[in-house]
Amino acid sequence: MEYILIIISAVFISNIVLAQFLGICPFIGVSNKVETSIGMTGAVTFVIVLATVITYMVYTFVLVPLGIEFARTITFILIIAALVQLVEIILKKVSPSMYQALGIFLPLITTNCAVLGVAVLAVQKDMNLVQSTVFAFGNALGFGLALITFAGIREQLDLLNIPKPMRGAPIALIVAGMLALAFMGFAGIV
Amino acid sequence: MNQWKNFTKGFLKDNPILVLLLGMCPTLGTTTSGINGLSMGLATTFVLLGSNVFISLLKNFIPDKVRIPAFIVVIASFVTVVELVMKAYLPDLFNTLGLFIPLIVVNCIVLGRAEAFASKNNVFSSAIDGLGMGLGFSMALFLLGTIREILGSGSVLGFKFISGDGMLVFILAPGAFLALGYLIMLANQLKKKLVK
Repeated sequence: MEYILIIISAVFISNIVLAQFLGICPFIGVSNKVETSIGMTGAVTFVIVLATVITYMVYTFVLVPLGIEFARTITFILIIAALVQLVEIILKKVSPSMYQALGIFLPLITTNCAVLGVAVLAVQKDMNLVQSTVFAFGNALGFGLALITFAGIREQLDLLNIPKPMRGAPIALIVAGMLALAFMGFAGIV
Repeated sequence: MNQWKNFTKGFLKDNPILVLLLGMCPTLGTTTSGINGLSMGLATTFVLLGSNVFISLLKNFIPDKVRIPAFIVVIASFVTVVELVMKAYLPDLFNTLGLFIPLIVVNCIVLGRAEAFASKNNVFSSAIDGLGMGLGFSMALFLLGTIREILGSGSVLGFKFISGDGMLVFILAPGAFLALGYLIMLANQLKKKLVK
């Protein structure tokens, strides 16, 4: 039950994109089509969960015993960068078709602040390993939900006659604002 | 290169937020008031300046193949400095900005300037570029923060000019998206007028 609550609160209540403003770049940048959003969600979920587990273990079993918690940021970003590279290499060997599908998104994930953000949050919140894994998974789902919903809306936006200065980023941000407004309705359900 | 032009390009022509649309996460996440936005901007400016100078000094020593990880290490070191200093001397501000301080590492502007400018230019130009871009970023954050503060809590820089609450939604998440959307629309319009 506890784990279900973690997931629900990560997906709906404090949604990583719409309430915590992490991972806005891919949210605005690659959400033009539902199909690409699904690919992006897959890649991000994989990296977020793996990165959180590894950074959590490194933090608890290496940084804390050595008393060098201040090196958290630098360690985490290096782990994430290495991980993304590793995932890219493994995927290329094991499943070329999936590599093809995700290809362009993979290197971009290193600078997706959702990945580093979730890893740091998991450590800050004093969760145990299982809780952090579930927390990471929930946040990845929340990212996917926001991204795919938003892509669906943006596909429809292309068909409308939008005033010229509003085209592109402005209308995208305003739509995101409405979506965030809708998500606020979930506040207080847990 | 004309240093004055180099300095001012970050304010409107290549403004990181309003024109290049880089670094959106801290922009939306920390601008609940003018002061918060400005503090976040200045923290980022410090990192930008430091990493630009450092990377420019090291550009002949960093092998091309590992340059991105090397840049990230330099940037992360400066972010750690900001994090520790802020935690020690400005704990309240540190708590307000919270997660977004370590996240300066993944702010696209910092890595972007390192890759596009500091790794190709001399130390002085890189310092000016970092300072200009950082202040342009701070200006946009301050502007957005002030707008949200006026609409959301009816105050300017912490001084209230109405009694009671403002339109709370502008302090909350949706207001950040809406306010930034309209601000970018205005910047687009302004740029078109200037070009004409």
